[in-house]
Amino acid sequence: MRRTLIRSLPIAVVLFFIEGIAFAQDGGISRGDTAWMLASSALVLFMTPGLALFYGGMVRSKNVLTTIMHSFIAMGVISVLWVLVGYSLAFGGDSSLIGNLEWLGFNGVSVFEPNPDYGATIPHQLYAVYQGMFAIITPALITGGFAERKKFSSYLVFLILWSLLVYCPIAHWVWGKGGWLRSLGTTTGGGTVGALDFAGGTVVHISSGITALVAALIIGRRRGYPGEEMRPNNLTMTMLGTGILWFGWFGFNAGSAVAANGVAVNAFVVTNTAAAMAALAWMAAEWTYRGKPTTLGAASGAVAGLVGITPAAGFVNPLGAIAIGIGAGVLCYSAVIMKTKLGYDDSLDTFGVHAVGGTWGALATGLFAVPVLCQAATGVKDHGGGLLAGNPQQFLFQATGVVATIVYAAVVSAILLFIINAVIGLRVKSGEEDAGLDVSLHGEEGYIL
Amino acid sequence: MTKIEAIVRPERLEEVQQELESLGITGMTVTEVRGAGRQAGYVERYRGLEYRVRLLPKVKVEIVVADGLVEQVAQTIINAARTGEVGDGKIFFIQISDAIRIRTGERGEPAL
Repeated sequence: MRRTLIRSLPIAVVLFFIEGIAFAQDGGISRGDTAWMLASSALVLFMTPGLALFYGGMVRSKNVLTTIMHSFIAMGVISVLWVLVGYSLAFGGDSSLIGNLEWLGFNGVSVFEPNPDYGATIPHQLYAVYQGMFAIITPALITGGFAERKKFSSYLVFLILWSLLVYCPIAHWVWGKGGWLRSLGTTTGGGTVGALDFAGGTVVHISSGITALVAALIIGRRRGYPGEEMRPNNLTMTMLGTGILWFGWFGFNAGSAVAANGVAVNAFVVTNTAAAMAALAWMAAEWTYRGKPTTLGAASGAVAGLVGITPAAGFVNPLGAIAIGIGAGVLCYSAVIMKTKLGYDDSLDTFGVHAVGGTWGALATGLFAVPVLCQAATGVKDHGGGLLAGNPQQFLFQATGVVATIVYAAVVSAILLFIINAVIGLRVKSGEEDAGLDVSLHGEEGYIL
Repeated sequence: MTKIEAIVRPERLEEVQQELESLGITGMTVTEVRGAGRQAGYVERYRGLEYRVRLLPKVKVEIVVADGLVEQVAQTIINAARTGEVGDGKIFFIQISDAIRIRTGERGEPAL
């Protein structure tokens, strides 16, 4: 019996594949859309090593590897988690609060057939893996809040739990079928409308930014902060990381059209425009206020602009993008200046850039959204756009999305962090922190020159 | 024998070296150092954080010469390193009791 089973297993596997192929049809699949979404998925993945360099350059040289590792290992952990559970928990079913377990292990997520709820012209599994890339970078963003003092083992536990309990539900609210934030009301024509979040202003940036603040408060300041010298070890690396982020963001935002079409083109153009404008705005603010235009400021501004345009990319035009860029650059610069006055140690300014930029972007979407673009991107034929187009309701939807994300992410993250702290501890020992986490946690040094 | 320890601006090192070479002095030890004299340093800003950098980059040139050459060498270094601005550096003189050339075992001034 056992032998028969073992012998027939390879045949079953082969049959499974043949069966799959037999059912393969070109029905509804667009090769252009599929090609673009494959490329976009790779672009979004590339943002995470970009983030690793962006963050890695900003810490002290004794912590450069552990900081890079935080982002890099998210590619490992979340890639696997997403296939096993994450995608199903975020996108399965049609409940208003959370997904289900129907797609565990990507089971039933076809590589041939589309899922019309999420992308009618690309294979369902391509949509799933594209979303996985977002799930990877989001918790990696949080690591800026607790850089240079976080215990690696408890980071891994936090990474898994946060992804399942914070990211997946919020992703479902905003993007999942039946999610409550995307179905807050109806138009007169009967179309379902809700909070607009094209590529993750709430799901990715507000959620990670607010969590970084909560984590920074719970874990406490770095030893010697403020006062001790903590200059960035390698801003050239940070600049390269910024370039990679900007490049990858085209996949993040233009890919969120889930098609190679005009909506994607719009997202591409406004993404570039907002990043550029915000880099200039941050530089101008800093030059005026502090007397010198810094490269770290220009880079931070570009990232703030990319964050700000993320929720808006499918819905605003290039002039709206310029307004969003100016707001993102100035507001995020003000936020990081405020940090020093308030005294908390969100080490790499995840809150100041991602939560503030994401909140601004989400609200600005409610101001500047253009009806015709909203109609094209959402498929709701009488979508009224934003406040400036005479639709104040949209602004309220946006505010609802912001508040819900902030409250949920902050509360659940705080509970998670308290529990992890009580069970295994969040923070390295003080001697390990002084020696640097590269040597004490990883047994390596970043620079042996 | 005297050791001349000159702390000079990094950008003047090339000039100092050339002028000493024209005196026939090629042996020297150069170290990149950081230090502060009367120069105030400067402020670096990284987002919201400010750091005062007090120790500025300098180079330290160490040369050991026969006592008869000390004044001439010192004057040569001054001529090559001086800009007239605060931060030009300093020269220190230290008596040396003996020297050995490791290859040959020569001692004293012939070892220089």
